[in-house]
Amino acid sequence: MIRDIQFDDAGRLRHFLTLEGLAPELLYRIMDTAESFVSVTDRQIRKVPLLRGKTIVNLFFENSTRTRTTFELAAKRLSADVLSINIATSATSKGESLLDTIWNLQAMHVDMFVVRHAHSGAAHFIAQHVEPHVSVINAGDGRHAHPTQAMLDMFTIRRIKGDFAPLSVAIVGDILHSRVARSEIHALKILGVSDIRVIAPPTLLPGGMEQSGLRVFHDLDAGLRDVDVVIMLRLQRERMSGTFLPSKQEYYLRFGLTEARLRQARPDAIVMHPGPINRGVEIDSRVADGVQSVILQQVGYGIAIRMAILSMAMQSGDAAVAAREAS
Amino acid sequence: MSYDRILIDQGRIIDPANNVDAVASLYIADGRVVALGRAPDGFAPDRVIDARDRLVCPGFVDICARLRSPDVEDADAEFAEYRAAAAGGVTSLLCPPDGRQIIDSPAVVRLLREQARNAGLSKVLPTGALTGGLNGQDLSEMGALQQAGCLAVGNGDAPVANALVWRRALEYAGFHGLLVIARPEDVSLKGDGCVHEGWVGSELGLPGIPACAETVALAQLLALVEQTGVRVHFNRLSTARAVDMLALAQAQDLPVSADIAIHHAHLTEAAIANFDANAHAVPPFRTADDRAGLRKGLSQGVIGALCSDHHPLALDARQDAFQATLPGLASLQTLLPLALRLVDENVLTLARAIALLTSGPARVLGIEAGTLTPGVSADVCVIDSGRQWIVGESSWLSCGRNTPYWNKSFEGLVTHTLISGRLASEL
Amino acid sequence: MPESLPRLDELLERLENDMRAEIEKRGLIDPVMIGVLSGGAWIAQQLHGRLAIREPLGLLNINFYRDDFSQIGMHPRVTPSKLPFRIEGRNILLIDDVLHTGRTIRAALNEIFDYGRPAQVVLGVLVARDGREIPVQADCSGMRLRLEQGQKIKLSGPEPLELSIKS
Repeated sequence: MIRDIQFDDAGRLRHFLTLEGLAPELLYRIMDTAESFVSVTDRQIRKVPLLRGKTIVNLFFENSTRTRTTFELAAKRLSADVLSINIATSATSKGESLLDTIWNLQAMHVDMFVVRHAHSGAAHFIAQHVEPHVSVINAGDGRHAHPTQAMLDMFTIRRIKGDFAPLSVAIVGDILHSRVARSEIHALKILGVSDIRVIAPPTLLPGGMEQSGLRVFHDLDAGLRDVDVVIMLRLQRERMSGTFLPSKQEYYLRFGLTEARLRQARPDAIVMHPGPINRGVEIDSRVADGVQSVILQQVGYGIAIRMAILSMAMQSGDAAVAAREAS
Repeated sequence: MSYDRILIDQGRIIDPANNVDAVASLYIADGRVVALGRAPDGFAPDRVIDARDRLVCPGFVDICARLRSPDVEDADAEFAEYRAAAAGGVTSLLCPPDGRQIIDSPAVVRLLREQARNAGLSKVLPTGALTGGLNGQDLSEMGALQQAGCLAVGNGDAPVANALVWRRALEYAGFHGLLVIARPEDVSLKGDGCVHEGWVGSELGLPGIPACAETVALAQLLALVEQTGVRVHFNRLSTARAVDMLALAQAQDLPVSADIAIHHAHLTEAAIANFDANAHAVPPFRTADDRAGLRKGLSQGVIGALCSDHHPLALDARQDAFQATLPGLASLQTLLPLALRLVDENVLTLARAIALLTSGPARVLGIEAGTLTPGVSADVCVIDSGRQWIVGESSWLSCGRNTPYWNKSFEGLVTHTLISGRLASEL
Repeated sequence: MPESLPRLDELLERLENDMRAEIEKRGLIDPVMIGVLSGGAWIAQQLHGRLAIREPLGLLNINFYRDDFSQIGMHPRVTPSKLPFRIEGRNILLIDDVLHTGRTIRAALNEIFDYGRPAQVVLGVLVARDGREIPVQADCSGMRLRLEQGQKIKLSGPEPLELSIKS
């Protein structure tokens, strides 16, 4: 199972690939650890020496300024050495195979890979082929998972709303193609959220969602009624026309989060978005910049959460090196 | 090894074509079956194969197996797939038109038949390409292909441009008496899918191929068969719905038949859990309900044949994230034990299982094979149905290790394979 | 042979006197006080008032500076460090409960120096016991102690503050 490969022999977190199947205790531990790092980022000295001497490689096969910079900052604030590599994958220039890329970097004594790739399962595949002391963090693989994003969203919810069980959470947008949505749903289920809703046009929803205990809505107003948390997903450019949706205007008409729509939710409901936001497509500017929006806070918490995950996973690597040197 | 006269002694002979299931002896001479049961006068065998407690069946007729080995350079590798076929009990096989060389010219047909002769093992019947270069647009020179020895034509896994091209191709193939082999799949509904469009694929974030990609294409082709009256064999079905549609068509006396790849009788979408690229197949493994429907089709006769869909791949082809891997399973040696498993699981009777491997495909192709009728070429396999073995280094002959059954144990092994009366494989 | 422990008040008083003497000896003007969480912070809370330190008490959490991170891992819940004054050029009174191996003080010094360059650091501990693994010495202490193999001395608190020796 993917979750088995995530832990080392002593049960420590080694790879962070997916939230699926993880215990709630682990998620709470990650959030508690991130809590300490929030204070680090708040003070004047924003660095701690926890990962000094470690080398972390950000291996991004898909472009992403936002995620890459937060991982870079997180690693640097832990005093690690960071290398960011952007490898464009084009159909015409295949270049070096995925495995060769990994093996070459590993030969340069890298301790951790943070991987973003267009293919689902890529991070898992890499994790199966790295040496025992190397950790792999999934920064987004295809449509499969984006576990660090989901964790920072859960952290944001906990900080503002506290307890998870009584919450009503709605995820709105292109669920079909969203790795963020999949990871969010896993996280919410693990943390015991009782009312998880997905709201999308039928063309953007995978089949079988009802069977998994989610409430499915095609009507945004109905779906948002009395909700505590609204998580908006980004509508990707390639979905905005053609066979999924006729146009972004049509999408905004039915699924755009406007102030009026937001009033269906609880008055103290919060609005979240993994970013970057498409103003006027999935969300109205006034909502994105409004009092209920916690979008910017999410960004800040993103660094603390990633610091937590990087340091927790690195611990397993230290133990593996020690074991190897002892033998 | 070439012996003039062979006696396969006291095995349980199962010959579905002739409704035989009895313990008896089989007499072979001059490369042909001469008698079942009673020895011909003065028959003195050069070799006796003790088949007590064994099954004796016609050699298998495999409608779809690729002999393309992943290692192009190594000359030995070329014959590895033939050896795997013989070890698996496959005495005749059709290779699909989309091999390393597209079979759209008589020269390629002749080359393949010569290679098979050189290997001296399984009889190879190349499937000709339906369209030139498999471009899905222009008819191939089917007349020339038929002359060179093709019995059937098809477009492999390559799409055909539109219904009009299908119609013309069917009519032209029919005109030359060629069987058309089609794997129904609508390329637009398939999109960039690589797994079944279902819950497992969705959770893994892998693009899916909906069941309707198969049924839409099947519906279109059935309508064209009705229009043209041409014989079409549907290769490698994967949905229960397709079986229902086929049953209806057969009830209406349309000249249609179908097979499934042996793995589809066993595996479902659950096999891809954990991104296991060894379960990356075309068509994809679908739901448990689909598997149940396919099994029902096998037992009730709607589906007339089981094929191996053997597709050996080099290690490289699987060393990447799932979507970037090539689909295909190596399967010649697991064909029999997986078929026997269907008997163990009470899906099929033993006679029906053997029929699906022998008389069924032979009837579809209209060839004299898959039978032990006296006078036919002696293509026989002797099977120890209780023998345990493990798929691994010492047993696997194919160059392709791409099977979800690697290191798994099986019951049922071919101990002897004869092709044209010569021992092609012996344990 | 461990001596029987004096009462906590007495140890505090001894430490307070020791520190007052040291401050005078060195001529420290307007020193700031930092207590190492959590035992050192409890002690420092007492001393801060008694020594009439002007600036508010600083609290130091050395969790991120420990050298045994890979064995024991991250403790999830940590009270963050809080140093509500400039470090640069200041005289610092660093307070901890027990000085044993010296590793905690090593981590504390590293952390303080990440904030800035102090003029000097004076270390005061309630109990300085044997067992140094790092060359660190207390400038001031409530008592010095040698323990038997396997014995540990621990301060529990915050209410009541209690020092105990366990085997």
